[in-house]
Order: sequence, then C-alpha cells, then structure tokens
Amino acid sequence: MEYFLQQVINGLQIGFVYALIALGYTMVYGIVRLINFAHGDVFMIGAFIGLYAVERYQWPLTAVFVSAVVGCTILAVLIEQLAYRPLRHAPKIASLITAIGVSLFLEYFTSLRQVFGPHFYSFPRPFPVVRWNWHGILVTNIQAVIFFVTVFCLLLLQFIVFRTKMGRAMRAVSFDYVTAGLMGVNVNVVISFTFGLGAALAGVGGVLYGIAYPQVNTFMGFMPGLKAFTAAVLGGIGNIPGAVLGALIMGQSETMVSAYVSSAYRDGIAFVILILVLLWKPTGILGTPRTEKV
Amino acid sequence: MMLLSVEHINVFYDNIRALHDVSFTVGKGEIVSLIGANGAGKSTILKAVSGILKPRSGRILLAGKDLGGVPQHRIARMGVSLVPEGRGIFANMTVRDNLEMGAFTRNSREEIEKSVAEVFALFPQLRERASQSAGTLSGGEQQMLAIGRAMVAKPAVVLLDEPSMGLSPLLVRDLFFLIREINQAGTTILLVEQNAFMALSVAHRAYVLETGAIVLSGNASDLRSDPKVRAAYLGDVAG
Repeated sequence: MEYFLQQVINGLQIGFVYALIALGYTMVYGIVRLINFAHGDVFMIGAFIGLYAVERYQWPLTAVFVSAVVGCTILAVLIEQLAYRPLRHAPKIASLITAIGVSLFLEYFTSLRQVFGPHFYSFPRPFPVVRWNWHGILVTNIQAVIFFVTVFCLLLLQFIVFRTKMGRAMRAVSFDYVTAGLMGVNVNVVISFTFGLGAALAGVGGVLYGIAYPQVNTFMGFMPGLKAFTAAVLGGIGNIPGAVLGALIMGQSETMVSAYVSSAYRDGIAFVILILVLLWKPTGILGTPRTEKV
Repeated sequence: MMLLSVEHINVFYDNIRALHDVSFTVGKGEIVSLIGANGAGKSTILKAVSGILKPRSGRILLAGKDLGGVPQHRIARMGVSLVPEGRGIFANMTVRDNLEMGAFTRNSREEIEKSVAEVFALFPQLRERASQSAGTLSGGEQQMLAIGRAMVAKPAVVLLDEPSMGLSPLLVRDLFFLIREINQAGTTILLVEQNAFMALSVAHRAYVLETGAIVLSGNASDLRSDPKVRAAYLGDVAG
C-alpha cells in the first residue's frame, strides 16, 4: 500500500508538469486550431533559462520562475508572429509542417556550442532538498513546490480566462473569431496573448522539471511535449480542465507502468491510452464534438 | 451628411463579382432596408460595411470617414454593430458574458452596467437566463441576445442580417415591433431581410437588390405599393 501511494505521489509530480505544458497545447489549439509542435521546445527553453538563472546568476526562486516566464512568453509571441501568422489563412497542413520546422530549429539551434550547447547539463538544486517520511511514504519539498506552483498557476489561469476581459475575448475568439472581431476584439492581439500565456505556463513547467529531474538538454522538450500533447488530446483538445485531467492520467499511468510492469513501457503506455481513447471517444474525455465552421 | 454612405462598391469572392456598383445611404435615425432574393448580395453588403470583406473598388463612409483600410475590429469601435445572419451567439459563454462581449470596446463599468440593464429591461427573459449558457437559449431568445449584444456597444448604426430567419410568425411580429422601438429610442438601423413585407412595413426607406445590383429604391411605403415589388417580393400573384 505504501508503495502504491508512493507511486501516486510520484505520478502527480510528473503529471503536474505535463499539465503545465498541456495547457499551452490546448489553449493554442482552441484559438487557432493549430497543434503547436514547437511548444515542447519552448518548455525546454524555459528549463535552460531556469538553469542559467540558478547556476550563473544565483537568483532567488521567484526570480528564476519570472525570468523563465518572461523569456518563454517573448519567444512564443515571436514564433507566432514570424512563423504562424503569415500562414493563418493557408491550408492547415502548411502551419503544421511549419510548427515541426520551428520545433527542429529550436532544438538544433540551441544545441550549438554558441547557444546552450549539445550536452546534458546538470540543473543545480536551487534549495536544499528536505524529505518527509509520512508512514513510510516519502514526500520531498520539491514535490511540494511543484504542487503549490502548479495549483497557483491553474488558479491564476482560471482567473484570467473566466474573470478578465482578455479571457472573455479568448473564449469568444476560440468559439468564432469573425464574430469576436465584430465586437471590436483585435483577434491578432488575442492570439498573441494566448501563445504567450501558454508559453508562460510551459516556462514554469520547464523550471519545475529541471528542479525535479535535474538534467537538461536541448532535446529534452520532445518527450514531455509529446506526452503533454497526448494529454491534451486525451482530455479533449481545446478544453482547459481536460488538459489538466489528461495530464494527471498520463502521469499516473506512466508511473504505475514503470512501478508494476517495466520502465521500458513507460513511454509506450501514453500512446496506448491515446489510441484507446480515440477509439472509444475521439473528442477526448471532456471534449464536446463541434462542427467545423466554414 | 449621411451617417453611412456606400459609394459605387464592387465586391468579389475570388473572381466572382458579388456586388456590382452598389451605392446607397443611411441617414441618422433611419431604418433602411435592403430587400431581395436569396443570393442577391444583401449579406455581402453588410459584410463589406462591417469590414469582414473589403470592396475591390468604391468607398464606404461612416459619418464622412472612409472605412477603406480600416481593420474590422476598428470599424466595430467606430460604431458599426453587425448582428450576423444566424445570430453569431457565443454558445460556449453565458448570456451575461455575451452581453459583456458586446460592450468590449467600452471601458466605463458604470455605463456598461447601465446598458446591460437597458437590454434586460427590453428583454426580461435574458435577465432570467443571465448566467445560463447562451447555447441553451431558444432561437427567439438567441436573436434577442444578438440584438441586445449589439445594443450594449452603443453603436452609431446597427446592421441586422436576416433577423427573422428561423423564427415563428408570432416572434417575427414581436421582433419587428422591437426593431421599431429600438429605432425610436435613437438607433439607426440597416436591415437586410428576405421577409420583404415585414421589412417594408418597418423601414423608412428601402433598396431592392437583384443579382448584386440595386435595381429600385425609394420610400418603403411607395415600394410596398409598387406593382413590380408586389409581384416579385410580396407574393402578389395578381400584381
């Protein structure tokens, strides 16, 4: 039983990080119907900004998060304006291929020696690790940080989306951007904002990932990105609570599989679940079928 | 000076000409109606005025200001409110949030509340359903919400695209009564309708469109007794 609960906690740890990435996928998809494959790499950049902030500048933890958030937001807004905006009215496949191109560009460009470099770099712990033993279950302060930071981000996101004018505009644009424009909403601004917001969360996720799994590399965004994307589809792409739910399921399943079956199947289980869900409910767990607008 | 004047516009969908040298005006405080058969170009005109489509030639002036090159969201900010065909309700949002979207360009919380209260006074059903998802409203209620949403923008001119579509005859009558009421309270209205009889009974002036061009115009009451209009649009077989 202790072993099982221990695995639940470990699953939550990775699930929360996936959730922070999955939200960016789902929000961007909700607004522009684009799977932004470069999103996992924005997460990687967040981890590297965190690495420099901790190692080179020894900033306090809050400043580490803020720098990753600011850096990722600027990056994502630039990517949207330079790479995706010119293709907004092009066929979907053009944007999709561009997204893959941006992803590869970020991975290989940053692995140049002049940028981040091609190696694995260890991410120093920004605070001493404390372990609590609660009836045989180990909980670390890293897990506590991941939990509280993620919950804080989710509440903040909830507030932005449902309580602010910009959030209302986001929901309107995601439903029908032409009509949103008729209300005087500058759709371009809303799209930039959404990319920035998703990237900010990915930046936080990158720092948390670096703290929890203290090794970073410019290709580290690929797998978590793919799993977060799977989580978003699993929960119902375009649906914000769905992305969080999907990410938590993803975190639990991969932890349970490596604990009880074999860690060799860790990455495989995500896709088995995805296939099953798509067969059973193609719109995802919380997704609602919607007719494509013409 | 006319509030809205459309001068010799030509609008194309790719290479198909949808509007052919269309000119018309709407004066402040008027209800002007555009009538014509399906595909005559009525909705295209509204799309051009609200900036969804840009005319290839000709000008659209709002209170003397050329709207050429002005992006869609700015045209909305300048006071043009389109109630699109099919209503364009944000079905994923509450009734209240839909109204808030209508007031997107306004900033004074106090004045927005006042406008929302006015809409609720006009449509008490909307007040009852304020926190309900707009997708759950009936067709008639959605049309009221769409009009209410346009009203909270405090627009200079409201463009109504086929407001009677999909409504029962009884609701259509209420709707046109309401359009007149809104107009009497000071809002200028450009109304596009297939229901020519209703449109001509509520409008001051009207233009008749045929395959993308204006073929007839005049006072609504004159057009109503025009034998050609009666035969073509009012179902007067004897005419």
